Amino acid sequence: MTALHPPAPDVRDLPARPAWPDATGHFGPYGGRFVPEALIAALDELTEAYEAMRVDPGFLEEFARLQRDYTGRPSPLTDVPRFAEHCGGARVLLKREDLNHTGSHKINNVLGQALLTQRIGKTRVIAETGAGQHGVATATAAALMGLSCTVYMGEEDTRRQALNVARMRLLGAEVVPVTTGSRTLKDAINEAFRDWVTNVETTNYVFGTVAGPHPFPAMVRDFQRVIGDEAREQVLERTGRLPDAVLACVGGGSNAIGIFTAFVPDDGVRLVGLEAGGDGVATGRHAASITGGDPGVLHGARSYLLQDANGQTIESHSISAGLDYPGVGPEHSYLHDLGRAEYRPVTDSEAMEAFALLCRTEGIIPAIESAHALAGAVQVGRELAGRVGEGPAVLLVNLSGRGDKDVETASAWFGLGDREQVDPGPGMDTDQQPTEGAVSNDDATAGQDSGDLA
Amino acid sequence: MSRGMLQTRIAAARTEGRAALIAYLPVGYPDVDASIEAMTAAVDGGADIVEVGVPYSDPGMDGPTIQEAVDVAVRAGVGMRDVLRAVEAVAAAGAVPVVMSYWNPVERYGVDRFADDLAAAGGAGAITPDLIPDEAGPWLAATDRTGLDRVFLVAPSSTDARLASTTAACRGFVYAASAMGVTGTRAAVGDAAGRLVARTRTVTDLPVCVGLGVSDGDQAAEVAGFADGVIVGSAYVRALLDGGGAAAVRALSADLAAGVRRRVGKPA
Repeated sequence: MTALHPPAPDVRDLPARPAWPDATGHFGPYGGRFVPEALIAALDELTEAYEAMRVDPGFLEEFARLQRDYTGRPSPLTDVPRFAEHCGGARVLLKREDLNHTGSHKINNVLGQALLTQRIGKTRVIAETGAGQHGVATATAAALMGLSCTVYMGEEDTRRQALNVARMRLLGAEVVPVTTGSRTLKDAINEAFRDWVTNVETTNYVFGTVAGPHPFPAMVRDFQRVIGDEAREQVLERTGRLPDAVLACVGGGSNAIGIFTAFVPDDGVRLVGLEAGGDGVATGRHAASITGGDPGVLHGARSYLLQDANGQTIESHSISAGLDYPGVGPEHSYLHDLGRAEYRPVTDSEAMEAFALLCRTEGIIPAIESAHALAGAVQVGRELAGRVGEGPAVLLVNLSGRGDKDVETASAWFGLGDREQVDPGPGMDTDQQPTEGAVSNDDATAGQDSGDLA
Repeated sequence: MSRGMLQTRIAAARTEGRAALIAYLPVGYPDVDASIEAMTAAVDGGADIVEVGVPYSDPGMDGPTIQEAVDVAVRAGVGMRDVLRAVEAVAAAGAVPVVMSYWNPVERYGVDRFADDLAAAGGAGAITPDLIPDEAGPWLAATDRTGLDRVFLVAPSSTDARLASTTAACRGFVYAASAMGVTGTRAAVGDAAGRLVARTRTVTDLPVCVGLGVSDGDQAAEVAGFADGVIVGSAYVRALLDGGGAAAVRALSADLAAGVRRRVGKPA
């Protein structure tokens, strides 16, 4: 090995994996495979190929190279002191997955699964997407590696996330709006499974989160754990200690598992997953599967889910398309039952308040998904403010994605850029100080009028 | 264990030199009463066995025809109590009722409670399209305890080892999902079905019934040439979706029943 070629990553350097799942994909009572027999051979093939690949130095080198040169890893850790003023005196550090290529953590997993697709000799990938971030990441990896790509997206989500639909099409992917059921992520997953069972000879299903049948929950975790592996080192280097709490939003839960995994053995570190509370868990209009659901079977695995007395999946509700899912990955259910991680709901209003706060205090527009984690930091920071005899708490928050895709949703929520609707939405101008030096709303010229004055 | 209702009925068809006709209809479309009426009409027309379908919100193995009907039942809140009523009605009509259910509705109802109530209603057992024997521990125990049949699926992609282990866990018959794909009528039955049945017969003595794709008497005759039972679902549901009601279901059953009696290509 010459100096021009960095040494290949050594298998012995791989971080320790958790003791779960077992060989058949069970996290305690959760996980497993609840799928038609027709898919078992494909899942077995995927499992076998993945287990061989994940310890193959050639793969590890290629994966590390893509993460560095294509994604832009490691992602930075950012201190956000002006935001942290609202968090009870805690020090808040953001893990900046929003700065990855394609704008979220989703690319971490997709590059791994696309390499796996090549390795098993398939030429087509399919994916489901909610907010569009996983679809964009999959379309990106498919373009990079010369795979054909079809993305299933609920019709409702294609409307909410029109920008990402255009991005996927620019990247050469076919986007199929799904019109069955609730027309959201859950139904997009059903359609993707139907495509897979029909075209499994040529097609690999690039699953976007830590849910679904074995091996997806373990494999996606392994591809996403780089977030926490990096962040743990970065926090130690920056602060000289481990964080008091690690916070992440949880829909299916891939960014949360990604940042939690490295910290699971650190008993003193609280792991806090923020679920989408929608209008409030008590209203029934939410997507908080662990807080407001029960164990059952959905999309190929046993886990917590939102279901009625007949075992029918209940439609979820969230302002965030990426969290609008009535299930959750089985490892989260297990961590919850073990008491190793705690899960709490954040309402749409709380998330949007935190969204606006980060925009105005730090100049970072977060994804609405990630804003749920930021709202959790505000809550947990304030709860820890009263503790005696210790310095400021350190909170590590996974900023899993950027908010470009959410500008339209946020504009509608806050009543921006609308001549008729002038009342700001909750969060924008109520519980925070006006931005220093900013032009007040009353003095400003509305964007749509400014051209007349020029 | 003695042969259950399913195997006995399929064996009876075989002694007549024909395959059994197995009709699938979901409970609750267009409503519960009308769906039960459709099931008894299917029996009148000649169905030997009725798959009593449990509505489910996320029917991952079903195509658009069945999902369209099932969505109506799900929205109407149709549940296991309605399913058990349909089971009783099918038994009273003289056919063998077997429940077809995705796993979550059974688990939600309670596996043991489901087994007890199904046995009490006169059901033969259940077909579980998204439950593989590997995950079926509580269901294997409940069916052993109650003597109910349990039907798992095999597919063209199943390895020989899986064909052996899955059929070993089956009781009643083996469901050969003949094509790789979801339910729905197809223009041609395809060679995959015959090959799958032949492979399955090398590892089990249980009857092998074929589903996915049969829509008329001619296709039924073709499948009856190599299978012990012909399973028809989407074509029945299509008859209801098109507004034909029980009469259309009865007519389809008659066509299919004639088909399974003129089996193609195989000596009796």
